[in-house]
This record gives sequence, C-alpha cells and structure tokens, in this order.
Amino acid sequence: MADTTQISSAPTRPSALREFWYYFRENRGAVIGLYVFSALVLIAVFAGLIAPHDPTAQNRAATLLPPAWQEGGNWSYILGTDPLGRDLLSRLLYGSQLTFLVGIMVVLLASAGGIIIGLISGFAPKWVDTIIMRTMDIILSFPALLLALVLVAILGPSLINAMIAIAIAYQPHFVRLTRAAVLAERSKDYVISARVAGAGLPRLMFITVLPNCIAPIIVQAALSFSNAILDVAALGFLGMGAQPPTPEWGTMLAESREFILRAWWVVTFPGLAILITVLAINLMGDGLRDALDPKLKRS
Amino acid sequence: MLNYVLARLLTFIPTFIGVTLVSFSFIRALPGDPILVMAGERGISEERYAELAAQYGYDRPILVQYWDYLTGVLHGDLGVSFVTKRPVWDEFFSLFPATLELSICAMVFAVALGLPAVVIAAVNRGKFFDRALMSTALVGYSMPIFWWALLLIIVFSGNLQWTPVSGRIGLQYYFPDPTGFMLIDSLASGQKGAFSSAVRHLILPTIVLGTIPLAVIARQTRSAMLEVLGEDYIRTARAKGLAPARINGIHALRNALIPVVTVIELSVGTLLAGAILTETIFSWPGIGKWMVDSIFRRDYPVVQGGLLLVAVLVMVVNLIVDMLYGLINPKIRKR
Repeated sequence: MADTTQISSAPTRPSALREFWYYFRENRGAVIGLYVFSALVLIAVFAGLIAPHDPTAQNRAATLLPPAWQEGGNWSYILGTDPLGRDLLSRLLYGSQLTFLVGIMVVLLASAGGIIIGLISGFAPKWVDTIIMRTMDIILSFPALLLALVLVAILGPSLINAMIAIAIAYQPHFVRLTRAAVLAERSKDYVISARVAGAGLPRLMFITVLPNCIAPIIVQAALSFSNAILDVAALGFLGMGAQPPTPEWGTMLAESREFILRAWWVVTFPGLAILITVLAINLMGDGLRDALDPKLKRS
Repeated sequence: MLNYVLARLLTFIPTFIGVTLVSFSFIRALPGDPILVMAGERGISEERYAELAAQYGYDRPILVQYWDYLTGVLHGDLGVSFVTKRPVWDEFFSLFPATLELSICAMVFAVALGLPAVVIAAVNRGKFFDRALMSTALVGYSMPIFWWALLLIIVFSGNLQWTPVSGRIGLQYYFPDPTGFMLIDSLASGQKGAFSSAVRHLILPTIVLGTIPLAVIARQTRSAMLEVLGEDYIRTARAKGLAPARINGIHALRNALIPVVTVIELSVGTLLAGAILTETIFSWPGIGKWMVDSIFRRDYPVVQGGLLLVAVLVMVVNLIVDMLYGLINPKIRKR
C-alpha cells in the first residue's frame, strides 16, 4: 500500500513544480519581481559586508551631507548622511535585514496561528466553529493599523511588539481562508476514504487536507508579507515601532521628517526602499496567484 | 429578503458584544494602574485614590464593571477624556465630520479617476494604456502612503508653494461650522476666499488617502470588466449596433460594478487606517489624528472609546454593504 502511493506520487511532484514555474514565468512582472526580491535578500544577508559604514556611527563633521553626485557631496557617503551624520546607504542596507525579518516573522506567526485555528474551525463541531468565526469577525472589525497601534500601546513600543501586534491583526485572514478551503475539501472522496482507512484527526487535518488547501494560503502569505512591511514601517513612522537608533526604514522617515524641505535625500531614499521592496513582493504575489489559481489559468 | 436581513442582524449582536469586550479589556490590559496614570507624575493621596476608584467603579467586581460599561455605551456614555475633561462621545462626533469629509473626497477622487480609466484600459486590453495603468496601479497599491505624503509636500508645498502643508483652512478665516464639513461651511459663510482655501487644504490629503483605494479599484474593476466584456449579452449589444461608448460605459460597467461595492466595503478599513497616517502628517483635525495623539498622551478613555466607535463604524458599513448585496444579487439571500 505504502509502495504504490510512493510510486504514484513520485512523478507528479516535480511536474507540479514545473507546471507552477511554467505559469509563473508567463508573467513577466512576476519574474522581474523575483529577481529584485532575490537581489534584496542578498543585500540583506550580506549587509555587513557591503555597508561602507557602521549604521549607527555618527560623524559630527558631516551632518546632512547630500548624495555624492550633488554639489557638496562626498563619495564616501554615496547617498548622503542624515541629521546626525550617519551614512544613509549603510542604514538602508542594514534596514533591509529588519524589513525581511519583519515580513518573515509576521507571515510565520499569522499563518501558523491562522492555519491551525482555521483547521480546527473547519473540523470542529459547529458551536466551536461559530465561536472561532465570531472572534475573527471581532478582530476584523478593527482596522489592522489601529489594532496594531493599540496593542503596541499596551505592549510598549518596540519592533518585536509591532510584529506581534500586526501578526494578530492579520491572523483572521488566514483563518478564514483555511476554513473555507477545509470546508470545500472535507466532504471529498479522498478525505472520506482516508477517514475510513482509520486516519486520526490530526493526520486528517495536517497531512490529508492541508496540502490541498495551501494554494490560497501561499497567495495570502505573499500579500501579508508586503502589507506587514508597510504596516511596520507605518508604526515606525508614528513612533510606535522600532525605536531610534534602529535603522528601520519607517523610523528613519520619522526621524528625518522635519528636514524634508532642506534635505530631500533623507526622506526620499528610505521611502523608495520600502516602495521597491513592497512592489517586488506584490509583483511576485500576482505571479503566484496566476500560477496557483486554476480558474485564472485557463482564461 | 426579510429572513436574510434578520439573520445578518443577528450576527451583528455577538460581534458588537465582542467589540465592547475588547475595548473594555483595553484599559485593564494596560501595564500600570489607570488612576495612577491619570494622576500623573505628582502622585496621589490614598483618600483621593479611593475616591477616584469609586467614581470610575474600579473597586467593584469585574463583571459588574463590564455591565456598567456596556449599559453606558448603549446610552452614549464612553467616559470622559483625561486631558480635555470632555465626554469622549462628544469629542468623537465633533471631529468625525473632518474625517468623513476627507474620506468622501478621497473615495470620490478614487472612483472619478479610477472608473473611466479602467473602462478605457479594459476595452484596450493589452495595449499601452492598459499596461501603463496596471503598472501604475500596482505601484500605487505598494505605496507607503506616509512617504507619498511627504513627497507631495516636498514638491507641491515646498518647491511649488501651491498648497498649504497642514490644517483644514487658512488661519485668517473664522466662521461657525454647523455641519462640520469645511467645504459646505466655508461656502455658507460667504467669506471671500474661504472656500478656495478649504479646497486647497483638501487637495494633498485627498490624493494621499485616495491613492490605495484608487489602485484597488483599478485592479479589481479591470478584471470584472474583462469578464463582463466576454459575456454573450455584450456581443448581442454589439451586434445590435449600439454605440461602443454606450456598451462599454453602461451595459458592461454596470455589471462590473458589483465587485466595486466590495471594494468600497473593504476601503472603509483602509480609509480609517489611512486616515491615521494622513491626518497625522497633514495635522488634519479628525479621528485618526485624535486617536494617535491620545495614545501618545495616554488619554486612555479616548483610546478606548475611539477604538469602540471605529469598530462599530466598520461593522455598520459592512452590515449596510451586505444588505446592498442582498438587494443587488438575490442569490446571496438564499445562503
């Protein structure tokens, strides 16, 4: 029995991946997004090697230095310096580490929690399901950023608390998606046969049903990844996220707000970094959706 | 239809209770004693502490406290601001028109610009305009709006000096505000230049707040339009020899608008979250700025009350949109 399943599943796996890649590649934007994203990941991983300066080192002799190509610029500070004389480029490079950390942590927390609660909701008796779904409705009644702000007010402002708060605010989307997918799958023949064959509830939930619900969850994860970056940056901008001198992009924007009319670069580059990262992820997300959604494939 | 309305209303009640529970727990979840926070850094005598604890009801069992809170909320009593000593309910509704005005302008901006552009794009599928619009929409969708606001300020307020940086109207104008909507009140005041001042103050915040809804409308409506344009009845209309503008603008768009209702529903949360950022940047005296300021001032009754009212607002809009759905699409009522 075990042998036959292995034989039949062996050839389908690589072809599913190849099929995915085939459709993903069709979308030129998605491929560009993937390249940019990979480049950003490399930058984040090797930030310590590429960055010309320490991100928190202050040079009092060189405050608000314009970018190198402008008059008064200095090639050792390619993108200029901030009001405290810190190298903007180095801060942006180190900031990319935080950005990815934030995206990954929020998606992991929100999706892990959301998938488990969604699976429980889909399999549990109706009253449990009702309680869970009403709870999710309650969380969804609060705009995510507002809920995150208030949670951070309770937990205290820091990057970790901002991530936790945003993960809580995003969780209901994963719960709803997982539950909807489970309800659609639960009555299908393969699930019934697995149950008849004696599969326990955990096996039924995680091994039989979950892999077949994963496509919409992946798309939602990509979406949450980019939204998390935006929201954590927004919290940082409001002073409720990462605290100075952390080189988080939103916090950098907040620190430089008063200089916007005197020094365009301190405002322009951190925001541009956020925009490029989020754009790359959203481009990939669109590609993922097209490649994973069987309804759109054939149209 | 009546059954549908009733069933939908029934789900409103537990959610409402849950939302009140969340806002009720908020003050109790905070680190530190709310009365000590209220007393500030000077400290407080023990008699005064007991007096205040009795006044706010903190000395009673938690269930009693919740019950008092719930009945208070239902009577419009959300407590009193620590800072201004005014009732939270009054503060919310005196500031709400500013947020509403800004949100309406942002939505009008998004719809007025988005729908015509999308119709043109969908009809010219795959051509230059379509691709340019969709790329722009994706950029708009990915935009950190607080940064977008700063860029617009640099260009339009800083370099070009076209628009003011903050507030709702120039300081030299003063008039009664019966409606709370600056556009209407400034027009009604009859003061020369007041209306144009109000408009110029609105332009940048409207663009900033409308950007994401605009991008979402463009993306959602385009796919809906493309689907509708492939339907048989559109081909019939073409075969009948109707003018293309009439087919695309009326026959197709009308059916493509159904998903747009969803977008508007989803936009309420987006607008309120966006209002937090937009109002803070432009010093717009609305709900968003009020909430952020209160969080920083530790004015907890305001945060608590604002949280509840915003959530109820979102719930009411969702309820209305769901009813509209039932009206537009009879299939939903049956579920």
